[in-house]
Amino acid sequence: MTTPLFEAWRGKPLDEAFYECRELLEDMDFPTVRRWRDGGGKVVGHFQVYFPEEIAHAAGLLPFKVRGAQVEAVHADSRFGSYLCSILKSSLELALSERVKLDMFVTHPICDAARNLGAVWGRNFPYPCQILYLPQNANSPAAATYLRNEYARLQRSIEEVAGQKVTDDDLRKSIAVYNKNRALLRQLYAIKRETPWLLSADEAYVLVAIGGMIPREEHNEMLEALLPMTAARPNKKQDKIRLVFEGGFCEQPPLDLIRTIARSCYVVDDDLLIGLRWIVENVELEGDPLRNLATAYIEKSSYSPVQHDLRKPKEKMLIERIRNAKAEAAILTAAKMCEPGLEEQVAYLHALDKEGIPYFISEFEEKMTTFEHMEIQLETFVESILFS
Amino acid sequence: MDEQRQGTGLVGRGNREGAELFRQWFTELGRTAAEGKGAAYVFVMGSLAEILRTFDLPVVFPEINSLQTAVRRVAHEYLNQAEDYGYSPDICGYVKADVAVQLRGGEHPMGKIPKPALAVLTNACNTYIKWGEIWERMYHIPLFTLDVPGTRAAGTQTWPGDPDFENDREYVQAQLTELIAICEKVTGIKFDIDRLREVMGHANEMSRGWKQVLEFNRSRPSLFNALTDGTIYLGVSNSFRGTPEGARYFTELVEEMAYKAERHIGTLNEEKYRLTFVGVPCYPIFRRFNELFSEWGGTFVHSTYLWFASGGANVGFEYDLGRPLESLAEGVLISVRNAMDSMFYQDGAIIDMVDSFGLDGVVYHPVKSCRTTSTGLADNRRSLMAARNIPSLFIESDMMDRRVVTEAQMKNRIDAFFEGLASRKQQEAAAR
Repeated sequence: MTTPLFEAWRGKPLDEAFYECRELLEDMDFPTVRRWRDGGGKVVGHFQVYFPEEIAHAAGLLPFKVRGAQVEAVHADSRFGSYLCSILKSSLELALSERVKLDMFVTHPICDAARNLGAVWGRNFPYPCQILYLPQNANSPAAATYLRNEYARLQRSIEEVAGQKVTDDDLRKSIAVYNKNRALLRQLYAIKRETPWLLSADEAYVLVAIGGMIPREEHNEMLEALLPMTAARPNKKQDKIRLVFEGGFCEQPPLDLIRTIARSCYVVDDDLLIGLRWIVENVELEGDPLRNLATAYIEKSSYSPVQHDLRKPKEKMLIERIRNAKAEAAILTAAKMCEPGLEEQVAYLHALDKEGIPYFISEFEEKMTTFEHMEIQLETFVESILFS
Repeated sequence: MDEQRQGTGLVGRGNREGAELFRQWFTELGRTAAEGKGAAYVFVMGSLAEILRTFDLPVVFPEINSLQTAVRRVAHEYLNQAEDYGYSPDICGYVKADVAVQLRGGEHPMGKIPKPALAVLTNACNTYIKWGEIWERMYHIPLFTLDVPGTRAAGTQTWPGDPDFENDREYVQAQLTELIAICEKVTGIKFDIDRLREVMGHANEMSRGWKQVLEFNRSRPSLFNALTDGTIYLGVSNSFRGTPEGARYFTELVEEMAYKAERHIGTLNEEKYRLTFVGVPCYPIFRRFNELFSEWGGTFVHSTYLWFASGGANVGFEYDLGRPLESLAEGVLISVRNAMDSMFYQDGAIIDMVDSFGLDGVVYHPVKSCRTTSTGLADNRRSLMAARNIPSLFIESDMMDRRVVTEAQMKNRIDAFFEGLASRKQQEAAAR
């Protein structure tokens, strides 16, 4: 492992460590990416939702999760029309404004806008930009083989950028690092579910999100240090309702919005940055590593509105998430102009109506700055549950 | 005299017979609905009519049903109903109009739409998948997603023999086999490969004809308006794909175009400006929208709509009937991929078209309802402007929702565009 990219949290009390993490997450100059590049490293930017980071990691590149930002789309606005989600514009803005410099960009067919982003990015930058065609027919017996070979194609592109070949052993080592990360993230979510008064929704979010900005070994080290400190916090349980937050699979709500929710609720589970937690079990280390990654994507994975799998009807998966987290209610939200998110919202609300589970419906945008109105509505919703 | 009589029957035949075929198709659907039988719900980009017709499944194109509500100026009633049901004003208008059709038990201005017995969708548009999930919830029917991997980066399309192409083809072919098994189960009919060959033969004639028709419009004056006439041809291309009627229609349409080309019979009395249209038409004011251009002597000689909304039939892929399944997989992959390219990577093709179609201008029409066809258009236009010195117009409205269509504002922009074109022509003439 090279010199750590993010050290400010080290040796600090937990609250100060969280503060440093928040500072990093909200730094729109993305200093960890800069430091990596200053050290001679190369960066693969991958757009939401899921990307097999292990392949880039094995080639010695920094996988950087492109998830938009709270920046004004000064340059990017002229590349798009009016009716579009914000994350697309702000993601391209990060690159056009040179806040983030990449050596390769990969997007996915998660939605029609994101697919277009590959072509738009490619017309604006000289480095390789491509669409990784993750399978949309997860139920076909041929999907895993197809995806294994699609990963092999991606690997060849990554090797060209890295200037080095990736061996199966390199991949296995990377999968092991990511398996450890997955286990730590599961541990983090167990704290949220079982003792949510020890870890607020915004603190949990920050800890997860940083994983998309630093090498995963470093993220593991951070989580291994901070999670035990979190579990040992002397916090007392408060009179808050337990709820699930649904709608954060792609564009991310502002951190202040999550903090606003955390003031009156325990967010015991969510789909925020679900791509970083997409694979829910360890990936096999024995055998063909690309096939193992492909199989895990299809067989050992979570759900989101942008993956179609007949075995995972989204509304049933949401109800399962709510039940497993022993939540009393849900926040059903979607980013403005997000076609899949807004469409799924309808299925969710009809399913929750049927189950008699209370929900709070909203829309958000990553560049929102005022939350008072939403906070009042949410408090009213919470009170209606607490005093019903 | 004979020739004149022949010409009278020939010129405009494609429009007349296209409209008649379309009415017949809706009548048939109404009959299917009245008999309580189900249909296959499909989409224009990768309808898989070749397989579905082998099982005698009637096909319903919900996109066409939806756009018809806009053309018939009742879309707002359907959109409002879907929005009352919970759908956002910011999602695809086609989806919402169809949801309302389903909530009304199939009632539609063109007749009664049968319920689905099966739905087949491709990933050419991601909203197809979300749309299919709605029917799955409503009717608990088999839902089959045919995943067709698209172009990974501009200019990197692979072709038969390339390992990356073969990986995609094998994936598509495996899925086609899975679809056949589902069709057998739904219909109780055993798969007949010779029947498939027959349907594919008709599809071949149609693809060949579609490609020729599009190329005929290089003629000066242009022989058909890509936006208005082209949409009629497109309707037949989709709804009659793989049928003898469809094959005959396109053979005769080619004949009509050849006749007009030979005699220089144009779509306008005086063609002043040759334009191409990029995007989806403005259906809420369909005729008026075109008039805003034709009144200035502008005609649309081409449209990317005729590429992607034909499912890439413009490629003219002809199946090898000697190896039907393998060739079908190859053809679906190449054609649907091309349809996707026409939405995501169309800048190169438009740049090429400037000379080959003698364009005077390019009209971009992004719509609120459709991120697939609209997201990249502003950037595409930048790419065109960097490559060629050709005027372009960028107007945003919608394909379904009249709340987003402001005719007066649109007219101002279009008038200014033509004034610019006129002044440019004068300057060019003066410089000669």
